Amino acid sequence: MIALSDYLTLGAILFSLSVAGIFLNRKNIIIILMCVELMLLAVNMNFVAFSRFLDDSAGQVFVFFILTVAAAEAAIGLAILVVLFRNRRTINVADLDTLKG
Amino acid sequence: MTFEKFLFYVFATILVLSATMVITRRNPVHSALFLVLAFFTSAFLWMLLEAEFLAIVLVLVYVGAVMVLFLFVVMMLDTDLAAMRAGFVKMLPVGLVVAGLMAFEMFLVVGPKYFGLDKFAMPAPHPADYSNTEELGEVLYTVYMYPVEVASVILLVGIIAAIGLTMRKRPDNKSLDPSVQVRVTKGPDRIRMIKMESEIKQEAK
Repeated sequence: MIALSDYLTLGAILFSLSVAGIFLNRKNIIIILMCVELMLLAVNMNFVAFSRFLDDSAGQVFVFFILTVAAAEAAIGLAILVVLFRNRRTINVADLDTLKG
Repeated sequence: MTFEKFLFYVFATILVLSATMVITRRNPVHSALFLVLAFFTSAFLWMLLEAEFLAIVLVLVYVGAVMVLFLFVVMMLDTDLAAMRAGFVKMLPVGLVVAGLMAFEMFLVVGPKYFGLDKFAMPAPHPADYSNTEELGEVLYTVYMYPVEVASVILLVGIIAAIGLTMRKRPDNKSLDPSVQVRVTKGPDRIRMIKMESEIKQEAK
């Protein structure tokens, strides 16, 4: 029998992997965006697992809304990326220092 | 070990391996393709959890739309892969230590001690005539009506923002300016008088 802890541990491993991905690829915005998507997937995994084991469909509804927001976020993020590349000819995070942050 | 448990471990292994490939590949196209594999495998894991509707939505929306968008952008941008890769080896130990610590801490909290089978028993499988889509649809359009409408507004904002950001003025654009069109006056803007000699109509033979 698959326990709830198995799914939660899998979500934890997935989340840690995407955090490591942000550390490793901190120069490349595209990979960082992909890692954010992986994080959302890990969170969704927890929601679906809890929804099943607590027999409550609210968790699945929440996942539905997270998917909606993530899709909008990906669309706007990639649009910003395209405009950024058109203006600066680079998407390297180290080169994007116009704000002197 | 039941067949379901075996399936779970197969899918979990593929998921973790593909996530590792996403963060370590040199080429962003490969990363995007492994991310597709990760989403696809998660959809099967959600099927094991009897969340069929969300599993299909994950494949349709993520693999079908969002990842294709990612691939499109990755292939459209001409990036310097070597410069992007700088600092990968330097950050490798830090990233691994942080990720390992985070995974260990989360395992302490969500591990079998508090969320094992003795605390949360496996619920009985749903009967054959149970419809996950029907159950979700019923609550979505009654209890969660306003959140659904807010989500639709968010999607609309996403569409408008994406179009507004990426649209640019082209010099060879032939579209008409409506404000100029409605400001046209009756006289010289519409007709032009020209002087010419009178002509005799030629008879067709």
